[in-house]
Amino acid sequence: MTDFIALLPWLTLTLGSLTLTLVVAFYRQHRLALVATMIPLLLCLMMIPIAAGVTPHQLPPLLIIDQYALFYTGLILVAALAVALLAYSYLQGLEDQPEEFYMLLLLATLGATILAASNHFISLFLGLEILSVSLFALLAYPRHLRPSLEAGVKYLILSGASSAVLLFGIALIYAELGTLEFGRLSALLNHGEISSNVFFLAGLAFIIGGLSFKLSWVPFHLWTPDVYQGAPAPVIAFLTTVSKGAVFALLLRFFIQVEGGNHPPLTVMFSLIALFSILVGNLLALLQNNIKRILAYSSIAHLGYLLVALVASGSLGVEAITFYWVVYFVTNLGAFGVVTVLSSPAQEKQNLEDYQGLFWRRPVLAGMFTFTLLSLAGIPLTAGFIGKFYIFTASVEAALWPLLLTLIIGSTLGLFYYLRIIIALYRLPTAEIERVYPSTLPLTGSLALALLALLLVWWGVYPGPLMQFIQTVAMTLL
Amino acid sequence: MILIWLLVILIVGGVGAWYAERRHPLWPRIIALLALGINFLLVATLWLSQGSPFAIAGQGAWLVELDWPWIAHFGIRFHLALDGLSLLLVLLGCFLGLMAVVASWTEIQYRVGFFHFNLLWVLTGVLGVFMALDLFLFFFFWEVMLVPMYFLIAIWGHERRLPAAFKFFIFTHSSGLMLLVAILVLVWTHYQHTGVLTFNYFDLLGASLDPNTAFWIALGFFIAFAVKLPAVPLHPWLPDAHTQASTGGSVILAGVLLKTGAYGLLRFVVPLFPATAFDYSPVIMLLGVIGILYGAVLAFAQQDVKRLIAYSSISHMGFVLLGVFAWNPVALQGAVMQMLAHGISVAALFMVAGALQERLHTRDMGRMGGLWSKAPRLAAISLFFAVAALGLPGLANFMGEFLVLLGAYQVNIAFTAAAALGLILSVVYALIMVQKTLHGEAEEQRRFADFSTGDMVAMGAMILILFWLGLYPQPVFDMAHPALEGLQQWVMEPSRQN
Repeated sequence: MTDFIALLPWLTLTLGSLTLTLVVAFYRQHRLALVATMIPLLLCLMMIPIAAGVTPHQLPPLLIIDQYALFYTGLILVAALAVALLAYSYLQGLEDQPEEFYMLLLLATLGATILAASNHFISLFLGLEILSVSLFALLAYPRHLRPSLEAGVKYLILSGASSAVLLFGIALIYAELGTLEFGRLSALLNHGEISSNVFFLAGLAFIIGGLSFKLSWVPFHLWTPDVYQGAPAPVIAFLTTVSKGAVFALLLRFFIQVEGGNHPPLTVMFSLIALFSILVGNLLALLQNNIKRILAYSSIAHLGYLLVALVASGSLGVEAITFYWVVYFVTNLGAFGVVTVLSSPAQEKQNLEDYQGLFWRRPVLAGMFTFTLLSLAGIPLTAGFIGKFYIFTASVEAALWPLLLTLIIGSTLGLFYYLRIIIALYRLPTAEIERVYPSTLPLTGSLALALLALLLVWWGVYPGPLMQFIQTVAMTLL
Repeated sequence: MILIWLLVILIVGGVGAWYAERRHPLWPRIIALLALGINFLLVATLWLSQGSPFAIAGQGAWLVELDWPWIAHFGIRFHLALDGLSLLLVLLGCFLGLMAVVASWTEIQYRVGFFHFNLLWVLTGVLGVFMALDLFLFFFFWEVMLVPMYFLIAIWGHERRLPAAFKFFIFTHSSGLMLLVAILVLVWTHYQHTGVLTFNYFDLLGASLDPNTAFWIALGFFIAFAVKLPAVPLHPWLPDAHTQASTGGSVILAGVLLKTGAYGLLRFVVPLFPATAFDYSPVIMLLGVIGILYGAVLAFAQQDVKRLIAYSSISHMGFVLLGVFAWNPVALQGAVMQMLAHGISVAALFMVAGALQERLHTRDMGRMGGLWSKAPRLAAISLFFAVAALGLPGLANFMGEFLVLLGAYQVNIAFTAAAALGLILSVVYALIMVQKTLHGEAEEQRRFADFSTGDMVAMGAMILILFWLGLYPQPVFDMAHPALEGLQQWVMEPSRQN
């Protein structure tokens, strides 16, 4: 019975996606599909407090349902809701059936939530594949359009390769330690059951390599800008937040379970990845003129920032990561949300010129975009500032001076391209671009954006309660 | 409560001004005037309502205080307070805010609401900086003022405004990050020693640091403030930003924003790290002297009026740096006086330069000249402020520079002598400016409007203040005295121990 209660969110989501499939099979109607997506997501959100009543609960051996897992699940669900709302108006411009999009969205969400709760290599792999396979289809959803098809195929191939690498790593660890459970790994390691570190560390390296593809850390980042550029904007909003967030949540749990801080080669590797991700991401973003590519590189840099907090480890590090993820979700959904609201499948607004003078035509939308960009840059009054403060604090506590210096350099470089977008928004527009925009903004999209902007300001000015909450969540992991 | 009102009025006023633009472009200006005027009156009343003004000694110098919990998790509190020093600077901020609104009355023609929104929000950040006694809160306001200032330069500036705005933001923000790291290291070191996690100014004042850590933390603080001040090797953002900003923006930037750097040095760097500050004071005073001479020499070489004024700012703020690190009562009073005097006089000069540009559409002094005959009011006022800037006795700038030199003389005679050379150089550049703009024959015949009554009221107020500060500065000394004495007490005690 406890098993059942603990699994309620996952069951709801599974049932929801099945129902949606049936609904779509019998009666195709776009609005109905949206409603049939929202209901399970909302229901599932409501199940989280119920499931929280029985935490921590282990479902041996695959899943562990604790506050940490539920927290990330909640985050993922909210992001999925926002993406669904944003996608609704976007998909109306599609010359094809839009309903299956929501089905894939629900399935990908399910995969992501499994990742957040998984405590075993099998559930890791299952969750990851459910997520990735749905993502291939989502990325290529406007299948008549070459760019998105290309993005889908690119992601498919690289994702497949990374899965293979990941599996190899898992195999090496299994060969050495004979278990697939995260929890038992550290026990085995501590009892000296290990004959040599080499297999274990090589396995770890492969696993981290495989996951790094999904997180687009340098040097596994090459696919990122191309896929971001080609794919539909709402899907990218989903990929950059939900997919990366879930994989990172899993990685964090894994890192803490195997006591990663005690393996110097691991911390050195992470430090190097962080350093290069921050520098490469920010430097390459400087050269771009395409907003989606800029945001792609900026997401590489942001995952670098997060990795710094992971290296810092400790309770403050975990808190910093969790807080930063909340901020990252909100800011990225906001930024890609603006792109989505202005775009349609046939006409993705992604060149810097498309945004020239947006402020003079759509002050509110441009204001929100400015806010999300300032939050990405970590300027006060936005939640991004508090997130950056958290990461700085964690790295000061852990005395990671070289990484701190990299953070400072990275944030400064970041300013260049965020400010470039912002200033484009406020430039006086030229007459020709005037007519290209739709005359009214879609209701669902604006609603989602307004909520996101509100959260950004709220958490930027009064982050206390959220911090307290995150502290309790982080406690459960340690 | 008055402290939170000061901020709320500006924040709400800013939003109101933005919104009110829809009605009529005049509304934002009126709202901005009202908000700043109310603030000014509030602070002035607070000042005048003190029974025996500023006779209070030591740490009792705080006139009003407000301490709310904010982010409990990190021991961060919403802690604001005013003492004589902050009060003077807040008054200066509100006053120059009013001047900036007047200066942009005719100059800003598009997006008037958004302009005033940014103006009021910059001032919110500035007032917050002057009042914050929690280091996180201080940093928060420190960064808050950057974005609106960036917009003020980037949207309403002159022809090369974008690079200038970029430069401003990059310099100030990256140095701000160093400040953040320095604050965090300070807080964490204190936490490791005492087990108390706090960002409170008073708690951290007593933090015991080993000299090596103290040096690095102090360096972080110093760089952030020296960029804002600006001290010489860190100044390259300033001439561009000042030149390219609109008049209102320049007034705020030069008059108020630079003072936050000086204030930070006074309030934080020396009191928090007395031993380090003492060890390095010769180096820093040397930087101050270099700034004085360098700024003056480069000011002399400029063709662009606003650039000339910008470089003269560097020179004048060098005196502040010199005075702060001489750290004796006379020099400190001089530094405070210099901050006020420079705030008023440079703001006025930028307003004059803005008026010239509005009328002539050029800032090139080579194309000016002959203003005496055409616009006698404008010319007379320009002459007055140029003379004030060069430090004519009887005016505020003289008082400030004189006291700084007097104080610095007790510490280092060679530096004082070199700094005094700056006074001569300032005469050269100020007179060159007067010569080129006002005298001689006009290059071409132009229609030329003289200052309006509104302009004259604003200018007249500034002239009066400069006279007042120059002839009877005692009230300012009385007001700043307890605050400065309090700061010095903090420094004396721990530095003896080290």
